[in-house]
Amino acid sequence: MTMWEYAPAPESRDIANLKPTYRMFVDGQFVEGGGEPLKTVNPATEEVLAEVSTATAADVDRAVKAARRAYDRVWGRMPGAERAKYIFRIARLVQERARELAVLESLDNGKPIRESRDVDVPTAAAHFFYHAGWADKLGHAGLGPDPRPLGVAGQVIPWNFPLLMAAWKIAPALACGNTVVLKPAETTPLTALVLAEIIQQADLPPGVVNVLPGAGDVGAAVVSHPDVDKVAFTGSTDVGKTIQRQLAGTGRKLTLELGGKAANIVFDDAPLDQAVEGIVNGIFFNQGHVCCAGSRLLVQESVADELLEKLRVRVSALRVGDPLDKNTDVGAINSREQLVKIQELASSGEAEGAERWTSSCPLPDKGFFFAPTVFSNVSQAMRIAREEIFGPVLSVLTFRTPDEAVAKANNTPYGLSAGIWTEKGSRILWAAQKMRAGVVWANTFNRFDPTAPFGGYQESGFGREGGRTGLEAYLDV
Amino acid sequence: MSDRISVAKTYKLYIGGAFPRSESGRSYPVTDAKGAFLANAAQGSRKDARDAVAAARKAFPGWSGATAYNRGQVLYRVAEVLEGRREQFTAEVAAAEGVAVKKAQSLVDAAIDRWVWYAGWTDKVAPVLGGANPVAGPYFSFSVPEPTGVVAVLAPQQSSLLGLVSVVAPVIATGNTAVVVSSQDRPLPAVTLSEVLATSDLPGGVVNVLTGRTAEIAPWLASHADVNALDPTGAPESTRADLERAAAGTVKRVLRVRAGEDFTREPDLARLRAFVETKTVWHPMGV
Repeated sequence: MTMWEYAPAPESRDIANLKPTYRMFVDGQFVEGGGEPLKTVNPATEEVLAEVSTATAADVDRAVKAARRAYDRVWGRMPGAERAKYIFRIARLVQERARELAVLESLDNGKPIRESRDVDVPTAAAHFFYHAGWADKLGHAGLGPDPRPLGVAGQVIPWNFPLLMAAWKIAPALACGNTVVLKPAETTPLTALVLAEIIQQADLPPGVVNVLPGAGDVGAAVVSHPDVDKVAFTGSTDVGKTIQRQLAGTGRKLTLELGGKAANIVFDDAPLDQAVEGIVNGIFFNQGHVCCAGSRLLVQESVADELLEKLRVRVSALRVGDPLDKNTDVGAINSREQLVKIQELASSGEAEGAERWTSSCPLPDKGFFFAPTVFSNVSQAMRIAREEIFGPVLSVLTFRTPDEAVAKANNTPYGLSAGIWTEKGSRILWAAQKMRAGVVWANTFNRFDPTAPFGGYQESGFGREGGRTGLEAYLDV
Repeated sequence: MSDRISVAKTYKLYIGGAFPRSESGRSYPVTDAKGAFLANAAQGSRKDARDAVAAARKAFPGWSGATAYNRGQVLYRVAEVLEGRREQFTAEVAAAEGVAVKKAQSLVDAAIDRWVWYAGWTDKVAPVLGGANPVAGPYFSFSVPEPTGVVAVLAPQQSSLLGLVSVVAPVIATGNTAVVVSSQDRPLPAVTLSEVLATSDLPGGVVNVLTGRTAEIAPWLASHADVNALDPTGAPESTRADLERAAAGTVKRVLRVRAGEDFTREPDLARLRAFVETKTVWHPMGV
């Protein structure tokens, strides 16, 4: 098959308004943090984008105190209808600065501009818009007639969706009347700090939202601060367990959104071409840096060869490269450290006897890139079928009966998401009911919306984000 | 004519629908509130707890897969059978808690009514906690609450029957199965309740009741990989942090204990919500 050459269609990086230095946001001001400044890197080029000040334990304490003051004096007692207007303002400001945020996100994270522009930023705005509406309607949420906020929320978010995760965390917390201390990921602090600018533009009272960049130690200081009333964490299962241990016995409310190893089940009557699109979207969206990625493909044996053939053809056509090019499908791996992890797990797949196929697409000379890879002949015992890879690596297993598909899909300590591909409606509903997972996509994959609760079973964490269910995490109920 | 000698009851565990003695062969004396001997209760062991978890896991697919209507019928049946043994429970609660007969009576009545309350909830949890999600796009998306799985319940220490019912009924109303550690010093009403459960169409294994030392059994349940959630209400305050730490090993859901929870008050949805997962299902729409 000959590939059509695409002319490059680069988005302008000037739109990002990149500044040489970014500072942390505490009590309504951008201030220098006491920690060693970190340099955030463009993973597609390995160039330093900006220097970012980081927090120390003392800064964390200062931010928590500011958040407490703002909670006690202003935000916690403000009528919901007034809080709502502030949150609506944030939603609008995000929309107004959407292009800038998208470019900045792609620069800092490495994700294709197509995704940051069409998914991350609009969905972030939607989360503020949706939750703004709840602020004066909490008594109607089914959690009691007058549910109260919890107080100061300590929130730690990952690097895979830096702005979107900030929105998921901040919007419901504010709507419910809490104030926030947010710690963005070490490798992707920039859009959260621009969001802080937006919060300043929206004229939120000082201290209602505080953003503290830094590494894991800053996150640990935030979640373990004695004056934090609620902790929300999105990240790895290991860190989630550590946080649950740290908070044991404190009575503080905790929600965790952790890892996953989702099964994407293709039955023999599935529309295969559609399924291929869904599989590709399921595992190669955001370079596979998605906790709910469809990383285990379970195909009914009778269609496995046909599907694999189609899949390889389709994956071969994915363009890997410059995240700012609008034609790019798969961008850069977020960090060297993550690239090494992916390489190590992929090697284990080969060592354990799985059959490796890697797209022959060209990779850029610089930056952290990993070509889309599909393993077939994978068994359930292999590491690539059990451990979260968090990269563009798909493991293909087969099954013969629907019951076997369900058993294999549920054979994991995780339970975040699942996919089902079949034309038969009754089978969709049957399989969806059997899945032990918080989100089930039937004949589609990786769909998100603020009105649809999202969260995991088992070791994928507890609590939900989004929808009416998601409010519970930020209310004293 | 001499006075009749009463037939003393032997109190055992309730696991998988059967009434075994503790595999450890241990028992411990139970006294009334004034210290008079009532009976020897089985002192459940780590192995008993593991057997109970296995029984609860085995019962889970059937119970969680039963219709909400069916679960409601079974919970109501528990109330019916309990009502028929009102006098016996009154005597046991009075002895266990050292309260007057009249007070005991009202506690038993409240326990019966609580089963009725939760019986009515089984088929209302899904519409009240779930719903359709108006997502922005051509998709049909809905969310349904589902049981979390096997729940370890450390029953309240003071309220031997009403407290026990108040923590067990909501767990099974939503389709979970339970391993319950009864009140340590007041375990006898729990064993008698097990007899009611065994004769109320409740499938064996849905509720398993262990008597014994809460602090001894609880850590094994908290760290057990096949237990999905923990209600630490009856745990000694000093052990709660350790239990939560143990629960973190498998990211268990742990109920937030409300200090001084008054079980005589009508409950809210908190205990029903605590042990359900929300599953969101998406499907494209089009012709």
